[in-house]
Amino acid sequence: MSETLATLTGVSKTYQKGKEKVEVLHNLDLEIARGDFIAIMGPSGSGKTTLLNLLGGLDKPTSGTVDVGGAEISSMSNSQLSRWRSTNIGFIFQFYNLLPVLTAQKNVELPLLLTNFSGSERAHRAGVALGIVGLEGRTDHYPRELSGGQEQRVAIARAIVSDPSLLLCDEPTGDLDRETTSEILKLLQILNREHGKTIMMVTHDAQAAEYANHILICDKGTLERQEAA
Amino acid sequence: MKYFGFIWKNVWRKKIRTSLTILSVFVAFLLFALLSAIGYAFKSGVDVADAERLIVIDKITLINPLPMAYKNRIAATEGVHSVTHSSWFGGYYQDPRVQFPQFPTEPYEYFSMYPELKMPQEQLDGWARNRQGAVIGRELAEQYSLKVGDRIPIQATIWTKADGGRTWEFDIEGIFETEDPRGSTAFLLFQYDYFEEARAFGKGSVGWYILRVSPDSDPVQVGNAIDLQFANSPNETETSTEAAFSQSFARQFGNIALIVTLILGAVFFTLLLVSGNTMSQSVRERISELAVLKTLGFSDRLVLGTVLSESILIMLLGGLLGLGVGWLLVQGAAQAMGAFLPGIFLSSQAILTAIAVMIGAGIVAGIFPALQAMRLSIIDALARA
Ligand SMILES: Nc1ncnc2c1ncn2[C@@H]1O[C@H](COP(=O)(O)OP(=O)(O)O)[C@@H](O)[C@H]1O
Ligand SMILES: [Mg+2]
Repeated sequence: MSETLATLTGVSKTYQKGKEKVEVLHNLDLEIARGDFIAIMGPSGSGKTTLLNLLGGLDKPTSGTVDVGGAEISSMSNSQLSRWRSTNIGFIFQFYNLLPVLTAQKNVELPLLLTNFSGSERAHRAGVALGIVGLEGRTDHYPRELSGGQEQRVAIARAIVSDPSLLLCDEPTGDLDRETTSEILKLLQILNREHGKTIMMVTHDAQAAEYANHILICDKGTLERQEAA
Repeated sequence: MKYFGFIWKNVWRKKIRTSLTILSVFVAFLLFALLSAIGYAFKSGVDVADAERLIVIDKITLINPLPMAYKNRIAATEGVHSVTHSSWFGGYYQDPRVQFPQFPTEPYEYFSMYPELKMPQEQLDGWARNRQGAVIGRELAEQYSLKVGDRIPIQATIWTKADGGRTWEFDIEGIFETEDPRGSTAFLLFQYDYFEEARAFGKGSVGWYILRVSPDSDPVQVGNAIDLQFANSPNETETSTEAAFSQSFARQFGNIALIVTLILGAVFFTLLLVSGNTMSQSVRERISELAVLKTLGFSDRLVLGTVLSESILIMLLGGLLGLGVGWLLVQGAAQAMGAFLPGIFLSSQAILTAIAVMIGAGIVAGIFPALQAMRLSIIDALARA
């Protein structure tokens, strides 16, 4: 039906744990449609983060190929990957991972330092991103002066500021209360529906998963698709 | 340059720690500035010295005067191009504790003997015409706000006048400068003729002779020939090159130079430990931040560069501050004791060396933490956080 953004073909990932080899992902095949919003659920240690790392070019599969947006990232060098990540992927983490020494504005500008934009262009774009997440009034605040929900909004602004097509969110609401959780999820939904971002979101929260179009269950190294209610 | 703001913020992540580190860098470079200025002062006599200028003093002691009659005999010695003389007057102006040297000499001869001293010809002529005339160096003129036309009384500590007076008055006829930035101009020259006529004792003698050898003559041979002439006379002489004269003086300070080097070595070694520790702490406490940077697409080399830049920036902040304060102190010291320690001076060579040392020390202190940051594995770092 719709265009494919990412394809995993025969992907396995094995970690060396001491003398033992642990196979975290086993011969996975997966297609992700452009514009999709997918929730990934599954028990702890089942390989959800590993899957996101492979899609985001933070890690490489032991075997198989990962193709995102027409680029076969599983065969790129580390420096190619880091350049690729800066424009193609936005990462959102459970603990926000903002830089404490920078204001909200400067945190969001950070990815733009890697571009050729001028200082005023960087500031402008970061301002727009902060506007999208509803934080215009907090641009000069440091992370420690923000609530958890606000920090996560800054992190989301940072993830979208260089306009990547794929957002990878690893338990983005895992540290937030119910009310803030639903605000963040609504924001992700808006990014998905109105801004066309493809979203892969790991979550433990069944209610959170309801915001997605599909749910993938990750267990014992395999993925099982489950249609959303 | 667009990363500067980011680097700056990281430098100040722990304000107290960074301030203390910068303070220790500051102290190290302040010391460096002061010690190198002092070292320079001791060394400069040798550099300023002119190899073709010889100094003839009494063989036994510099304090013994030499007969005026030697002048023609020295001038007649083969290989001598020109000769003049000078003496130690040892008076003071205004305050007995603050002295500057005064020398009675021959106006034209002295200035052609020291071509590095520059003064307008009409001032030199004016001085030569006025028996009670004197000329002073720019440093003195500035220190005491003296100008041409002023009358300056000098109190004698040795040379009382024939009339019993101790006050020698001179008309300032000129102000000279030196082309050598390390040479002092904090001294006064006045006419030997006036000195000779007015002094109560010691007539017919001079303190020492200064001569220039002809360009094609060997200064050592000329010196030996002069000393041979006066051998077995009541005033035997000792002739040496100005450079040798200064060198024997400087050699006494050779050990000081070694001690200075050792102290600086110890200070800088400690400095590297302190700032290296600061940098490695700073990297250790932000492993996850560094991993985030890499996640965002900062390359390994860029991460290395930013951490290294932080280290260099800390060194430059403390170092330039130390150098700046050191420079001010050296300026002050030059004002206060320039007459006795000419050439106390923070050379541009020393400043460039210091800046190179700052950058070098920044790299040495920061390289291991920076490499650690560069090699960091994103997934390990993020999993640990
Ligand atoms: N860098 C690594 N080295 C060794 N083992 C790892 C590494 N990363 C993850 N693992 C292991 O792989 C498994 C899956 O981890 P992860 O993908 O983080 O799971 P999840 O996100 O689903 O909780 C776990 O057993 C974990 O211990
Ligand atoms: Mg996980």
